[in-house]
Amino acid sequence: MADATAVIPRRAVVPKLGREDARSARREVNRRRLQAFLFVAPLLAFLMFAFVAPIATMLFRSLYNPSVAELIPDTLDALEDWDGEGLPPEVARTQFAIELKRLSEERTSGQLAEELNRAIPGASSMVKATARRIGRADDAELAANGAALLVEANESWAEPEIWRAMEKAGAIFTPSYYLTALDLEQARDGSIQPRDTQIYLKLYGKTLWMAFVITVLTLILGYPLAFFMANSSTGVANILMVFVLLPFWTSLLVRTTAWIALLQTNGVVNGTLLALGVISEPLPMLYTQFATIVAMTHILLPFMVLPLYSVMRGIDPSFMRAAMSMGSPPIPAFLRIYLPMSLPGLSAGALLVFIISVGYYITPALVGGTDGQMISNIIAFHMQQSNNWELAAALGSLLLALILVLYWLYDRFVGAGNIKLG
Amino acid sequence: MRTLSKLMAGATALVLAAGAASAQDLTVTSFGGAYGAAQKEHMIDPFVAATGTNILFEDYGGGVAEMKAQVEAGNIQWDVVDIEVIDLERACSEGYLEVLDFSMLPPGDDGTPAAEDFIPDALANECGVGNIVWSIVYAYNDSAFPDGGPQTIVDFFDTEAFPGKRGLRKRPQVNMEWALIADGVSPDEVYDVLATDEGQARAFAKLDTIKDDIVWYDSWSQAPVLLNDGGAQMVQSANGRIFAAIQDEGAPFTIVWDSHVYDLDVWSIMKGTPNKEKALEFIAFATQTVPLSGMQDVAYGPTRVSAQALLPEAIKQDLPTAHLDEGVKADGIFWADFGESLGEKFNEWLLQ
Repeated sequence: MADATAVIPRRAVVPKLGREDARSARREVNRRRLQAFLFVAPLLAFLMFAFVAPIATMLFRSLYNPSVAELIPDTLDALEDWDGEGLPPEVARTQFAIELKRLSEERTSGQLAEELNRAIPGASSMVKATARRIGRADDAELAANGAALLVEANESWAEPEIWRAMEKAGAIFTPSYYLTALDLEQARDGSIQPRDTQIYLKLYGKTLWMAFVITVLTLILGYPLAFFMANSSTGVANILMVFVLLPFWTSLLVRTTAWIALLQTNGVVNGTLLALGVISEPLPMLYTQFATIVAMTHILLPFMVLPLYSVMRGIDPSFMRAAMSMGSPPIPAFLRIYLPMSLPGLSAGALLVFIISVGYYITPALVGGTDGQMISNIIAFHMQQSNNWELAAALGSLLLALILVLYWLYDRFVGAGNIKLG
Repeated sequence: MRTLSKLMAGATALVLAAGAASAQDLTVTSFGGAYGAAQKEHMIDPFVAATGTNILFEDYGGGVAEMKAQVEAGNIQWDVVDIEVIDLERACSEGYLEVLDFSMLPPGDDGTPAAEDFIPDALANECGVGNIVWSIVYAYNDSAFPDGGPQTIVDFFDTEAFPGKRGLRKRPQVNMEWALIADGVSPDEVYDVLATDEGQARAFAKLDTIKDDIVWYDSWSQAPVLLNDGGAQMVQSANGRIFAAIQDEGAPFTIVWDSHVYDLDVWSIMKGTPNKEKALEFIAFATQTVPLSGMQDVAYGPTRVSAQALLPEAIKQDLPTAHLDEGVKADGIFWADFGESLGEKFNEWLLQ
């Protein structure tokens, strides 16, 4: 369909035609374009609604966090003039007491509590308890004496720290989740410094390293297999292809669970090794980095074999024969002739496996134990357990950026045009 | 063309079927497994029989993430949810749950008014009605300790006297409490100590002493499996899982009740559900004396005093309610405060 536009180069042809002809030709082109577009429109719409839009809104959360600004707008207005030294003006604190009562009535004080708790662990219960007490106070008393009532409910309201946290959390656009995701934080004077807890950079590094190891392993296992398949008769190749595809027809969970059965302390592998006398007591294999790497290598192997195979099928075996007949020993002939020709498939396979494994979640969660965890597991932790969706979104965005950078580097040095899936 | 119209008809039928499946009178969500089966038998099925309401009974894995998503999107799919008290505090104060009027609860079968019949913890939060008392204990495999197994939480941390792998759920909750108690902190003070930086460092230092012997797992279902296949010689577990393994499969496990951390599950109603009346009706029904006493099937204690009277003597020793004086009540407010910061520190400690 898309070719139709190329067949009728408008400028070259149109002047020779009459006006009517030109119009009908243009109409024809437009009709075909529309037709082509209508063919892909359902897919595009589906992708927009089911894929692009939700991911974009999720990632947007990492920067845009209006919840505190919506919960206590008047307090934040009143805090604007405050320089951050000592306590904020009494009018701001009184305003906060009034708004806290409203939150308490709307039962949303917990949302404010959770936001502040991220800055000061322990603030959650303090805010909620204060909200309960303030909720019982009457409006006139709050307006007159709100600031003092806060301190009466909890002494922490007399510390500048909680007010600073509030002012900071009130910013609608904030870089702080990205800083956290990089193990950094903003000090009071605005300078950037390392956080007390150092965790995410280490995990990114480990994730990349594991993805690299898995890619290399699938390559070592997949390349000879693809080579053998490409050079055997169609019948044999088809049978082997069924075995390569077989894992796709079994559930991912089943394959991962199978590895649990194999690797556990009294599992098949340990049992065999014990029976053979290779080891005298079972090796701890399950719930380790080793288990994650083995299981993921197995699961991702087809993604390496398939592009390799389809590229290798297109390589004429006579090239190798020609090289050898001209006196090249097999290994140099392979390295100089065959390997460069199979590179597009190799790049495609390696890129696929690497990118899939960087974001892999379920297998490390099931067999990874402690040291086999990857960045996706910590993202899941923040989505499901700690409820810090903003930080999860920041971690996810960084992961996406990291992959794009790697892809760019790859394109720069190898060339993305080289990638061939078949 | 005929195939196409057939396909269309098929697709339409599928969509209609899906629509019918979701057009339930009430969607009730809980934790599945043996526990879900007991709830189905003693609460769901009798309610369906008594009222003719259609109930869709779903599973989830706990936590507040899904409730947050439903309420934020304004797309409420669940009506009634079974929540651990450790999450309840948060879900309630953030506005994901309806506030309940406890006066709708019927009196116990012996006539005691609901307010006196329920144990105090069961009605402590205005968003939920207690459903079970359950507990996190540790259990050991008898065959690993022929000369007598560990008795206390101190023994759990004593790898010299009781060598072997320890299975723990990979999260700070309960592990931090146990570490402090094993290090000599009195159970009453454990949450006060854990709220301080020194206390947290002390807990991590104690966990360090057994770090090489810990096998981490992610869901309760893995605990009895680890103990069974020799992956660990002692494991932390929800008491019902171990009880079920002993009872149903004759597994050679022993439960240690010392310093167990007990908690409640409650029935709650999702904020903004269109079926609030039906949901209230269900909760009132499910937390009556007889349905509650049925939870003993999975060794979880009932939350009504009148239901305890219906239990057979033999089972009582296996219920958390018989061991409350040896245990610590899980502090939902503490974990709402420190869950995230300790979660990060815990993950950092794991990576070291």
